[in-house]
Amino acid sequence: MNSDTVFHFSGVCVVASPALLFAILGITSLIGRPVGERIIARATQTLVLIGLFASMTILGLMLSYGIRYVPIELGNWVVIPEQHFHFHLKFIFDRLSIPFCILSFILCGTVGAFASRYLHRDPGYNRFFVCYSIFLLGMVVSSLAGTIETLFFGWELVGLSSALLVAFFHEKVNPVRNGMRIWTIYRIADAAFLLAALMLHHLTGAGDFVGLMGTGSWPDGHATITEQHALIVGILLLIAAAGKSALVPFSSWLPRAMEGPTPSSAIFYGSLSVHLGAYLLLRVSPILELSLTLRIAVILLGLISAIYGTLVARVQTDIKSALAFASLTQVGIIVVEIGCGLRYIALIHIIGHACLRTLQLLRAPTLLHDYHTLENAIGSPLSHKKSIFIRVIPEQYRNRLYRFSLERGYLDVLSDQFIVRPFISLFCWCDNMERRWNKLLTGNESKKSDPIKTRSDSMEDYL
Amino acid sequence: MIPELHLPWMEISILISLAGSLWLKTTQNRDIAYKRCLIICTLVFLNTVVGWIDFVSLQTFAAADHFRLTKLLWDKDIFIVDELSAPLLPLGALLYLLTVLSTLKTKGHRFSFSRTLLSEAILLATLSSREPWVIISLLSVATIPPYLEIKSHRESPRVYVLHMGLFVALLVSGGVLSGFGNAHDAITLMAGALLTTAALLRSGIVPLHCWMTDLFEKVTFGTALLFVTPMTGAYAVMRLVYPIAPDWALQGIALISLTTAVYAAGMALVQKEARRFFCYLFLSHSSLVLVGLEMATPLGLTGGLCVWISVGISLAGFALTFRSVEARIGQISLTKYHGLYEHTPTLAALFLVTGLASIGFPGTLGFIATELLVEGAIEVYPLVGTAVLIAAALNSIAILRAYFRVFTGTRHVASISLRARVSEHIAILILVALILGGGLYPQFGVASRYHAAKELIQQRGSVFQHSTSDAKGAKTELPAAQPPVISTHHNSE
Repeated sequence: MNSDTVFHFSGVCVVASPALLFAILGITSLIGRPVGERIIARATQTLVLIGLFASMTILGLMLSYGIRYVPIELGNWVVIPEQHFHFHLKFIFDRLSIPFCILSFILCGTVGAFASRYLHRDPGYNRFFVCYSIFLLGMVVSSLAGTIETLFFGWELVGLSSALLVAFFHEKVNPVRNGMRIWTIYRIADAAFLLAALMLHHLTGAGDFVGLMGTGSWPDGHATITEQHALIVGILLLIAAAGKSALVPFSSWLPRAMEGPTPSSAIFYGSLSVHLGAYLLLRVSPILELSLTLRIAVILLGLISAIYGTLVARVQTDIKSALAFASLTQVGIIVVEIGCGLRYIALIHIIGHACLRTLQLLRAPTLLHDYHTLENAIGSPLSHKKSIFIRVIPEQYRNRLYRFSLERGYLDVLSDQFIVRPFISLFCWCDNMERRWNKLLTGNESKKSDPIKTRSDSMEDYL
Repeated sequence: MIPELHLPWMEISILISLAGSLWLKTTQNRDIAYKRCLIICTLVFLNTVVGWIDFVSLQTFAAADHFRLTKLLWDKDIFIVDELSAPLLPLGALLYLLTVLSTLKTKGHRFSFSRTLLSEAILLATLSSREPWVIISLLSVATIPPYLEIKSHRESPRVYVLHMGLFVALLVSGGVLSGFGNAHDAITLMAGALLTTAALLRSGIVPLHCWMTDLFEKVTFGTALLFVTPMTGAYAVMRLVYPIAPDWALQGIALISLTTAVYAAGMALVQKEARRFFCYLFLSHSSLVLVGLEMATPLGLTGGLCVWISVGISLAGFALTFRSVEARIGQISLTKYHGLYEHTPTLAALFLVTGLASIGFPGTLGFIATELLVEGAIEVYPLVGTAVLIAAALNSIAILRAYFRVFTGTRHVASISLRARVSEHIAILILVALILGGGLYPQFGVASRYHAAKELIQQRGSVFQHSTSDAKGAKTELPAAQPPVISTHHNSE
């Protein structure tokens, strides 16, 4: 058996294992015959381990052979040769995708093992693991994608599973509303992503990252498009990344994501999902290199998000929200690093930060117990030093800053006031006009749906 | 000479439906009527599937029925299947089969099986025909069964009658007028405009869409669903308008359709009642189909044809799920949460899968179709084409909102079991299997639709060439293989 065969077999295993997990859990649920807890837990454990082992094998082989780029070609999913339209199924193993893929398997495996006990006998156990398998598949496909379309494929899976996981406790209204808001933001970001993907396809004639980023393997690729095109495509990708990584102005979804079950969904948003935007920027970093304006935009966005995150995190009264905004601060810094061209630093930062946040979020429910243990060990209460802000900033400004942070930068209010409300008002007006027109035509009020009002005082009803 | 199928599949399908309709007219017992209707729909569906396989095996663009029973009455090939209509016939038959299959016995008194089979016969005849006057007649006749149902439910049919009356008048006047025109003259353009308006009215293009919401509120969900989901308006566009309309006119229609797609998607988001919500959702999707069809580019047209199939299947599944839920809790208000997940987890999953498929979620039938459509739209209108993405994004938000409203948000207390029946499961699972199967192996469908798109564009081009040469005085007949359009040759005869 030569190395190519081993690479190919292992590569297919990496992608096939989460796909198989999703197929098992998805199909049995769809036909109304969900499998039992024990089988779910074992299947999850086995298939995550297979995926992890296969990706480790590839990493080992790459290191031993000194190979930096391993493409796994699965052929064209769809092809129209005359129109140069093809959807190429290709996965790449390089110095960016391998660490991210292994990270995904390790963290998802940890979460899976934890959740199988935490959610024991929960009515939503099966539903949780279906969403979990979609998430895992989405993460693996996104991280290994060799074409921008494949990346979009995984990207969408992550988005759907995230929204459903946030709404996991779906017999309550708040988790559902939060899931809905996350889905809304994701869809806006996804539209920008798809547009960028199509533009890149048009500009380079292919969605293959090799075609997009030149011949060099990551991080040495050089994109071949013009500076102006790079700016337009880059801005679209930046919007997509901002939506997925909760950067400003899309940050409002991050604390809402903590509505999901602590040891599971929260970890995804604290560690994996929130880094996917940064991963996208790293993957297309050769495009960023082409335009100084774009790089400045990336740095500014990262900087604003980091400052916003650190300010808002300081006034949170629950640990999960505090950790969420602390994550945002780090993601903002990671984005700044990417904008500055420090790609390896950014990658290492992602891995370190993801692991730390996983640990913190897993321990979040026992925070008070941990504090007590710590204080018992020290023998006195933990000291609280005044931060530098309190010492330097005058009280008047501190109060304003406090209010700004408490209101989470007014992002929700602003988006409701200037985007959601005008939109809803416009279409409600249209709906009323249509009803009046119909009444004019019929000459009566026979509409069955008429008793249901079209207006609502709460914006939350729409999101 | 058009190649022949091995058997007159189309005519057999139509005759079975017609005979079945008459048979059920005399069947008083609802349970027996349901079973008979199911058997007839299954037979018709199998017949159309075999006919499709037969057609594919011929590897030709168009084929006529063998024996041609209609030739005994008219000396013309009335029923000709081509690459455009070949998959639409089994799709139409499948929609009827699954709608009947998922009809609960409690709905038997409101949902007429006999009238359903009559509608099916009319639909199959419409899709099997390329003769303009046959299509015009059948499209006109197809408006009658819903009217009868509105009347039987003692609802006001005024909105429906006004719109459908206008539709028939426009169709007929467009058809008549086209007979007096020459290539690209004012009369032909006027005829084209009338036919276009008629087809757009039938497709529910804004501002001529009010009949659709009215219909959904006044007839059973099944009837409304079967009247709109086969998208005969789009079919009329392809048969009556596409061959004679110049590029600028087609692209104008595409822009109007695009506006409707975004408008309807926005309207779907603010709806507070399930049927109206579905109506706008469908309107948005069917407008996207029209956007693709009117692009007049191979990629755009392929996208339009693919979305036609994917939307037909996925939104039918979506509507059937809605219908099943409605059969259990009555009119579904979207102003409050119903929390039905615990009672109907499978229906919830199917609702989500079919809904996501309609917006082109990865791994489903609509994914590649939507991508092709967006690519085609951006190719023609780099900036305006992005509206397709806006419509898709709004639709996806509306679908998840509806999912959350119907299945989550509270704990529903029911005194009886609300679980879906086996037949409902089977109906929706068949559609889900098609959605996921087509999504995982899309090449066959895309290649088939691309081939059809290429041929349609080629034939449209040659029709225009002939029309131009006619205008210069050279009176030539259309080649036999080309679609018989309402052309400018009438005066020369």
